[in-house]
Amino acid sequence: MAQRSQSSSALELNLTVNGTRRVLTVEPWVTLLDLLREQFQLTGTKKGCDQGQCGACTVLVDGKRVNSCLILAISRDGAEITTVEGLAQADGLHPLQAAFVERDAFQCGYCTPGQICSAAGLLAEGHAHSRAEIREQMSGNICRCGAYTNIADAIEDVQGRRARREAAE
Amino acid sequence: MNRFEYLRPDSISDAVKALSGVPGAQALAGGTNLVDLMKYDVAKPPRVVDINRLPLRAIEETAGGGLKIGALVSNSDLAWDSRIVKRYPLLASAILAGASPQLRNAATTGGNLLQRTRCYYFYDPSTPCNKREPGTGCAAVDGVNRIHAILGASESCIAVHPSDMCVALAALDATVHLQGADGSRVVPFSEFHRLPADQPQHDNTMRPGELITAVELPASGFVSYYTYLKIRDRLSYAFALVSVAVALKIEAGAITDARVALGGVAHKPWRDRDIEEWMRGKVPDEETFVSCAEALLRGAKGVGQNNFKLELAHRTIVRALRQAAAATPQDQSSKIVR
Repeated sequence: MAQRSQSSSALELNLTVNGTRRVLTVEPWVTLLDLLREQFQLTGTKKGCDQGQCGACTVLVDGKRVNSCLILAISRDGAEITTVEGLAQADGLHPLQAAFVERDAFQCGYCTPGQICSAAGLLAEGHAHSRAEIREQMSGNICRCGAYTNIADAIEDVQGRRARREAAE
Repeated sequence: MNRFEYLRPDSISDAVKALSGVPGAQALAGGTNLVDLMKYDVAKPPRVVDINRLPLRAIEETAGGGLKIGALVSNSDLAWDSRIVKRYPLLASAILAGASPQLRNAATTGGNLLQRTRCYYFYDPSTPCNKREPGTGCAAVDGVNRIHAILGASESCIAVHPSDMCVALAALDATVHLQGADGSRVVPFSEFHRLPADQPQHDNTMRPGELITAVELPASGFVSYYTYLKIRDRLSYAFALVSVAVALKIEAGAITDARVALGGVAHKPWRDRDIEEWMRGKVPDEETFVSCAEALLRGAKGVGQNNFKLELAHRTIVRALRQAAAATPQDQSSKIVR
């Protein structure tokens, strides 16, 4: 067996977080969310409900959006993790970040890192071809301030859909 | 969360050994339900067997013209797989009606079958629950029970199975491949989950130490006349109050094959083969649909707050049959029910 742990011992874990490879030790009951916030000090990823209902903890694991609160970190040994801190590019904000600012797609901002990571996952998946599909495919991210309309606007901006639609009208 | 022994086997045989070795050992795949239950101290496995390194991520053609889906195929990969979309659109639709994109990216095929009820009392260790702690009683019977069962419930338990995907798999006559220490076996989907009776702690008929390795779909996918209609408290990201999967074959204006499976109403996806048999040869019209709904719900009863489900289920069955027969399956994005 590749790994075996008795209840007191931590295990070796390899992760690439925002492009940097790290080898660390972790107890098997530590969630990816707690690991990112407490060991990596990447507090952009938020602990909202801690039960997979709000989406504030959304990060990309091997390019796919997931709820980091429901993942035992040890179970993703070898994975590449991207958090909201890893989205910005050398020459400035990620297009989604810029669009969220432009469209005022938040109020209190607590859900925003999860919304942006989730939107990045949505764009990569490529299954959202209409406003209704964007709304449905962003339904795993709750916004108590109710910025949903502007969030969908921001995503449409990045897809170029809104510009195309307005040009056609 | 309780402390546990963590094992990460590389082979199916090592995994089965690890699961058989300690009573209460749990397999960990996506973790979307198990980790949540562990945080609430509802699940306290002494050993967690991480099966993510097992070679169970393929979707393969079978000799019989169907598909064999590895237990670790994610719900997203399954729902968007071109073979599933083309040949089993009912399954794709049901998967996309459930959970959120983030959860579907992590959740697996095997794990979906093993997800546990969302009964509030099951989730709350400070209350009695025969499913969580056998013999302690059922707090839901006289408690908040609007999401609970109207069919097949017992005095011990009125919980419902929460899956959408499983309702479609039941309708499609899938089979479940299991591997145990003593060998492998294949279980028809209708015999995989069970009714609570006096042992609600058992959601299914798996034996201790067994592992789901695959779910197999038969060749017949019902590509023309199908729908998955899910009714819930909000438009997205909520469990079904009632859901209905319908798959029909219609030839020369008559039904030649019918499958009707209900979700959100019982401890397992609910089907009645006698009624499906009765539908053969009938004209797919309102009279047939209403008769089917009445027959399916014969014996259904509420426990108070969930009484509304009786009428809701009736209407949802009729509506779903209408959608399927008209070849206008429910759209899982626009949500407008026609």
